[in-house]
Amino acid sequence: MDDRMNFSTNAPAHHVVVVGNGQAGIQLIDSLRTEGYSGRVTLLGEETHFPYQRPPLSKDYMAAGSTPEALPLRAEKFFPENDVDSRLGVRVTAIDRAARTVTLDDGSTVAYSTLVLATGAANRSLSVPGSTLAGVHGLRTLADAEAVHARLGDVGAVVVIGAGFIGLEFAAAARQRGIAVTVLEFADRPMGRTLSPALSRYFVGAHERMGVTLRLGEGIASFTGNAGRVTSVESTTGTSYPADLVLVGIGVVPRTDLAAASGLAVENGITVDSSLRTADPNVFAIGDCANYPSHHAGTRTRLESVQNATDQARHAAKAILGRSGSYAQLPWFWSQQGALKLQIAGLVQSGDTTVLRGDPATDKFSVFSFRGGRLAAVESVNKPGDHMAARRLLDQGRSVSPEQAADLGFDVKSYSKAQ
Amino acid sequence: MTKLSFHHSDGSIDVVETDSETSIMRAAVTNGVRGIVGECGGQAMCATCHVYVRPEYLGGLPGIGDDEDEMLDCTADPRDDVRSRLGCQIKLGTGFDELEVDVPGSQV
Ligand SMILES: Cc1cc2nc3c(=O)[nH]c(=O)nc-3n(C[C@H](O)[C@H](O)[C@H](O)COP(=O)(O)OP(=O)(O)OC[C@H]3O[C@@H](n4cnc5c(N)ncnc54)[C@H](O)[C@@H]3O)c2cc1C
Ligand code: FES
Repeated sequence: MDDRMNFSTNAPAHHVVVVGNGQAGIQLIDSLRTEGYSGRVTLLGEETHFPYQRPPLSKDYMAAGSTPEALPLRAEKFFPENDVDSRLGVRVTAIDRAARTVTLDDGSTVAYSTLVLATGAANRSLSVPGSTLAGVHGLRTLADAEAVHARLGDVGAVVVIGAGFIGLEFAAAARQRGIAVTVLEFADRPMGRTLSPALSRYFVGAHERMGVTLRLGEGIASFTGNAGRVTSVESTTGTSYPADLVLVGIGVVPRTDLAAASGLAVENGITVDSSLRTADPNVFAIGDCANYPSHHAGTRTRLESVQNATDQARHAAKAILGRSGSYAQLPWFWSQQGALKLQIAGLVQSGDTTVLRGDPATDKFSVFSFRGGRLAAVESVNKPGDHMAARRLLDQGRSVSPEQAADLGFDVKSYSKAQ
Repeated sequence: MTKLSFHHSDGSIDVVETDSETSIMRAAVTNGVRGIVGECGGQAMCATCHVYVRPEYLGGLPGIGDDEDEMLDCTADPRDDVRSRLGCQIKLGTGFDELEVDVPGSQV
């Protein structure tokens, strides 16, 4: 079926409609055009800001000084030059798959031939007492970041709820501004969903050295305020922490409502097959909102990263043009926490055995994870060379031995480059 | 005011004039210079902002940091030991008012 669709897909009358103009949605239209698609393209996004990159928002953006400029995903001229009908501030409220239309929040409808859901994820919110006080913030959008940045000049103490990537990046950035920072984490280790225990342990020490007070095994019980504004945070152990500003970073939920309401399968994300297509051959889902069969995880998974959004977009663009194949790109990820550059190639799983390469005391080292005797993932701190070597090896399905991984005399970079 | 010229392999040139203390990568992405991606947002983590600086401008540039050096070993197009830099690591408005770079054929 895919091959025969090829002709009709690239006919001028074909209309690809993309819901969501974030990292995935914009890469998708870019790739469609690069691959030679000449039909119509409409890009719908509910945010009113010109499309921007999210990663800097919890890092550079929070530095002291005047309001920074967001980094755009593409230049303004990109959209007219590529003949893309890009509409900002427009929310899609329903999908009618039988009629092949989407309904917008102004009540109008847009007909599609192919629909791509790139709706991303929304911050998980708290429901404990005081959650709606002023000064309690999330951090997902540029609007969120602007609100937080505007307050940071006047705050003495910040409490971060959740020791995930965004919470800890923000904690490090706030420390660089001299603000007192406490992080409350319910679990027993930071970034536990993604990192090996060895690396979590390293980051506990690293954040303590930055002056962050990291409280593990301690959750949020309530917020207390004065005149509608937060003043302190009470934890599950009964401790009270003063807070001029609270950043809640307890993870995200994929935005699947539209898909679910249209009868598409949803389970921790919109269910897609290995070509990133839903059970409806005219509907794809990519990026933070998509749950796909992962070659590297060995199971279905949903990832939240720039790599996942852009590589899935590139793949889906080809699939729309009838070039079939299974999505199997290597997942990789980065995080910047103060002076520490963390890079991860592959996916760490519980039960992996780990080997240390280099000395964590130097803040330059890597942790190599092995599964069934083969290299499965590499986490690097301030060792971009190890990271890039690992990406090459894992991409090609190659391994090193645990002994080689541990041996600094073994040149993993040249080995990865040798055929 | 810094005048930045991006030379493409097909002979075309994009000229960008900027007065802010922005980086080569940010100036390129903001102005839609093709061939400069900047996927990590300027953290020296992705090497998709690789440029070859024209020799006459090399003298005025800041030195190459350890991270930049390691990432430059991993660019999609081959590294030039003298001219290769990461566009996100060179801030404008410091020490030069004109800069010309060649854009590699591929970044990903
Ligand atoms: C602060 C922060 C820091 C991050 N740092 C890193 C990092 O260092 N490294 C990394 O790899 N990743 C990082 N990420 C994650 C990365 O930004 C995301 O994985 C990526 O943006 C996902 O892209 P996406 O297109 O799937 O979703 P998004 O970028 O979230 O885009 C989805 C868009 O769809 C819109 N939308 C949703 N529903 C509708 C609708 N019904 N109608 C119209 N529009 C709709 C949303 O408003 C949104 O703009 C970070 C994320 C955040 C928030
Ligand atoms: S923008 Fe990623 S390395 Fe420069």
